[in-house]
Amino acid sequence: MSGNPPENLAPVDEVKRSLLKKTSVFLGALGLAGIGVPLLSYLSPNRSTREAGKPISVDVSGMKVGEQKTVLWRSKPVWIIRRSEAMLASLGLVDGSLKDPDSEIPQQPGYARNEMRSIRPDFLVLLGICTHLGCSPTYRPDPKSVDDTWVGGFYCSCHGSKFDLAGRVFKNMPAPSNLEVPPYHFSDENTLIIGDGGI
Amino acid sequence: MFLFLLASAFFLFVILSVLPYFRGVGVWIDRRLPIFSFLLEHLTYYPAPKNLNMWYAFGALAMVACVIQFISGIWLVMYYTPTADQAFSSVQLIMREVPYGWLVRYVHSTGVSMWFIVVYFHIFRGLLYGSYKTPRELLWMSGVVLLFLLMAEAYTGYVLPWGQMSFWASKVIISLFSSIPVVGNDIVVWLQGDYEVSGVTLHRFFAFHVVGFSFLILAMIFLHIIMLHSVGSNNPDGIDIMKHKDRNGWPLDAVPYYPYFVMKYIPIILFYLLVFFIIVFYAPTFYGLFLEAENFERANPLVTPLHIKPSWYLSPYYAILRSIPDKSLGALMMLLSILLWLFLPWLDLSPVRSMRYRGWMSRVALATVVGSFVLLGYLGLQPAVGWYLVMSRVATVLYFSFFVLIPIVSYYDHDHVVPERIPER
Repeated sequence: MSGNPPENLAPVDEVKRSLLKKTSVFLGALGLAGIGVPLLSYLSPNRSTREAGKPISVDVSGMKVGEQKTVLWRSKPVWIIRRSEAMLASLGLVDGSLKDPDSEIPQQPGYARNEMRSIRPDFLVLLGICTHLGCSPTYRPDPKSVDDTWVGGFYCSCHGSKFDLAGRVFKNMPAPSNLEVPPYHFSDENTLIIGDGGI
Repeated sequence: MFLFLLASAFFLFVILSVLPYFRGVGVWIDRRLPIFSFLLEHLTYYPAPKNLNMWYAFGALAMVACVIQFISGIWLVMYYTPTADQAFSSVQLIMREVPYGWLVRYVHSTGVSMWFIVVYFHIFRGLLYGSYKTPRELLWMSGVVLLFLLMAEAYTGYVLPWGQMSFWASKVIISLFSSIPVVGNDIVVWLQGDYEVSGVTLHRFFAFHVVGFSFLILAMIFLHIIMLHSVGSNNPDGIDIMKHKDRNGWPLDAVPYYPYFVMKYIPIILFYLLVFFIIVFYAPTFYGLFLEAENFERANPLVTPLHIKPSWYLSPYYAILRSIPDKSLGALMMLLSILLWLFLPWLDLSPVRSMRYRGWMSRVALATVVGSFVLLGYLGLQPAVGWYLVMSRVATVLYFSFFVLIPIVSYYDHDHVVPERIPER
């Protein structure tokens, strides 16, 4: 239309105008916050998703020494590996070339913060997701299978990150930290509960 | 999280408060993207006739209703699954498991009824003050098209929960196409994408509801506003305010849209939202008018519910359809009951716009068409038997008589003299 103001524009009461503007913006922002709470809560996991994310129980009685078992917990791969004596011995050999050999970065529950990064030395439980950009590394237990100095561990095929058999990351890798240990405990000798650290 | 939102609201408040001190940035942007001068032209210095009353708020409310439907709709699509197996249960998932899912769905289901209420009042305002008369013919016609699109949008959305009413409503409406001579039955199968209304039909209705019609509605609203702003608003006196302008070209009987009408409409919008959320929180089904009990039962192609009735906002047209004892003619009259409105600007021969200066004959004609429309709306929700059927035939005749009578009535009516300028009251 015109886009021009009228010739005889009534003078503006700036004090009143400013008060009205500020109250409407403030109340409007409060209203937006009120709309925001339900709309943003809506996006968080719903009740059936949370129900499906409850702890799972895994029977490990049939696992052979050196075997890897992958289970799904909260739609993510969780590895259970029954480590041999030789594998456990290999952990001590690589300490010097690891980024965080003593697991100082909190990538594990307190009860798994030890040299083996596990509750029982023979069973390793890890979240199978590379801490770099979320690929799932491959279990490569055989020495020299990746390169000449390889003592066994996990190798991420996406960007080449290397981890030892306790999920600890080597120095100068794309991945910033050790693989995560999910909360877990043994409810009896052969039953592993993943997703719950027990008491 | 509430604290987080409160903090963001506070920051927004601070940013908006200091923004006017960075005028240079605004000028830099405006030269490249004239968003501020656009707002200045269409929101601040849009010349609104100074006598616009409450009836004119319904246009703004229709925009609010549209925004509410779009936002709640986007959120619903995040969980809704458009397949015959899962549609019904995904709606139940939204209602029971998703945080605030019940709220978002009730806002959407209440929103459509509120949108129609607002739109019907908006149309009545146009009839009352002659907003369809020259030079606003195309503006009026785009409004009729918008009503048609809104009905298509409401209907395709109504099918999505895949309850009993969804299924049978979609079947009835699609079957209307079978009244087309020769190719009718083939068209029905083509529309359904199956030999019967099925999951295939549901899926394409979903596509039309979420993408097709909704985008057409947005585009049409955009055109509607362009047309409004190029010819200017009508007013309750129906007086052309463009005849008398000051040296700046500003109409003497107009005031700037901001702050005068923005400030007037904000409390009206807040009142609208108050009513809206009282319904959402205390009567989301609105006694079976907004959400029918039958639709809380999963679609069953083998059993038609005993008490089948349309949504209230489509019931006048449904009553017309049922009152005519012939399939093809019924469907045709139903279509005409909306399409005839397109020709109103040329059927009304009176030189006067507003009912304020029209004679008694035009007023009676308007009362007849509005009254019969409301009556048809009531009758469409009742069973088509006995007196209800007789009444709906009478109402149908009265409704269509408007289109025959208006050229005669408007020609011979004793209109009053319309003042040159908007009178002071």
